[in-house]
Amino acid sequence: MAQEQKQPRKSSEDEDAVETTQDSDVAERKEALDNDVDDILDEIDDVLETNAEDFVKSFIQKGGE
Amino acid sequence: MSVRRVMGTEIEYGISVAGQPQANPMVASSQVVNAYASATLKARRARWDFEEESPLRDARGFDMSRHVADPSQLTDEDLGLANVILTNGARLYVDHAHPEFSTPEVTTPLDAVRWDKAGEQIMLDATKAAARLPGSPQITLYKNNTDNKGASYGAHENYLMRRSTPFADIVRHLTPFFVSRQVITGAGRVGIGQDGNKHGFQLSQRADFFEVEVGLETTLKRPIINTRDEPHADPEKYRRLHVIIGDANLSEISTYLKVGTTSLVLAMIEDGFIARDLSVEGPVSALRAVSHDPTLTQTVTLRDGRTLTGVQLQLEYLDLAKKYVEDRYGADADPQTKDVLERWESVLDRLERDPMLCAEELDWVAKLKLLQSYRDRDGLDWDDAKLHLIDLQYADIRPEKGLYHRLVRAGRIRRLLDDETVEAAMHEPPLDTRAYFRGRCLEKYSANVAAASWDSVIFDLPGRESLQRVPTIDPLRGTRRHVGELMDRAETAEELFAALTGS
Repeated sequence: MAQEQKQPRKSSEDEDAVETTQDSDVAERKEALDNDVDDILDEIDDVLETNAEDFVKSFIQKGGE
Repeated sequence: MSVRRVMGTEIEYGISVAGQPQANPMVASSQVVNAYASATLKARRARWDFEEESPLRDARGFDMSRHVADPSQLTDEDLGLANVILTNGARLYVDHAHPEFSTPEVTTPLDAVRWDKAGEQIMLDATKAAARLPGSPQITLYKNNTDNKGASYGAHENYLMRRSTPFADIVRHLTPFFVSRQVITGAGRVGIGQDGNKHGFQLSQRADFFEVEVGLETTLKRPIINTRDEPHADPEKYRRLHVIIGDANLSEISTYLKVGTTSLVLAMIEDGFIARDLSVEGPVSALRAVSHDPTLTQTVTLRDGRTLTGVQLQLEYLDLAKKYVEDRYGADADPQTKDVLERWESVLDRLERDPMLCAEELDWVAKLKLLQSYRDRDGLDWDDAKLHLIDLQYADIRPEKGLYHRLVRAGRIRRLLDDETVEAAMHEPPLDTRAYFRGRCLEKYSANVAAASWDSVIFDLPGRESLQRVPTIDPLRGTRRHVGELMDRAETAEELFAALTGS
């Protein structure tokens, strides 16, 4: 019994340790994610129509259906 | 029934001619459709057969008289606008001022997605074919529903239903579903109000264009429930529910859930399974209120006094649908029905916690996430032209320019189908509806097909003075199982016709 009780405590200590590394993981991942977001925005910047205002203004449709 | 039924989508694409904002959109749309026809058709071009069309038939049991109808409602008059029937059983044509793609009849949500996406590829090829014509301007198509200046064009769904289902039941149980399903199916829009004058982001492209609860019109006073009643099938047995409230979706998962959940709700209505009344007070304004709140906290008031968010209202339908499928099929439910239920539940659960968790699946969330990144980086307000541009360009169907496509390629939006599967559907019909017969007739005997429509194929046969009409009134006949072998065997249209009619 005693051993069984010890086991979970030990593993919860392990979990704490795991969580701490996860925290720094999260920070790293967030940084990676921010870079990721920058990457996709850079990529999209390259394909966006050049004059947004003109483009939006000239997109004129007739109703349909 | 389950998520399975005879159904299809029809999408009108936004059209723009580079450098010519005032270009005549009917002419440009015709150029696109005709260019595709010339580039792909092998022999003669079959006409569309209008005999069975009755756009003024109302599901409530009367016909609108032609002289009170708006000219835009007279869709059965052959105006000489471009109109092609394709080997995949689809119809590619010009509807008013837009090129339109109507999928062939399919029986599952995934097939609806497959031929809906094939339609995008066909439209893309059509613009490329048009661009090859000497002196032609560059025409670009957009799979969206508004120009943000007051005009809207449709993305319709069609569902075959039992005629015996009282229409009032459809209205009662479907209206709250349509008010709320936009939390999943919205394509996202920058701009509030029909002309987009108020600044902000909303879930749906279409919500602001709906003005009444029930009606026949599609171009003015748009109704949440449309009553057009042209079954293109035996009218004693079936009605075709024409759904006009949806957005055109780029995301495959959005379309899949749109069609799958709607089909399931219709099954419950047909079976009289929905005992609770989920009626919403003021559904037209509720529709808009839900659309205008991307935080998904806006509530609507039910007639029984409860107040629910759009997600909570969807959860009511999900709860009913799970019970319905369990009750009718237990563990024997077909895989797509189970999959639709699981995805529906998963998406609603995440939308309730944090909508951004659905950014890889749903159009409006993917679009909002991208817009938000731009706002954060560049400090843009919602009235900034760049955000409006991103909204438009999300729907550009060109893979190199369209932002949906860029997000897919960057691994930020998930798909259900691969390119090969979609490309095959540009030419091949579904196997399990009459679209198989129609499509294969166009593919194999096109020199002898004078006209075709949803419910007929008309042959012009050597040695016969009059045209020979083969009715295809039952959407579930003319399948590969039914006529596949016969069509493999018949080398000529005469042989096919003789075998079909015994003459």
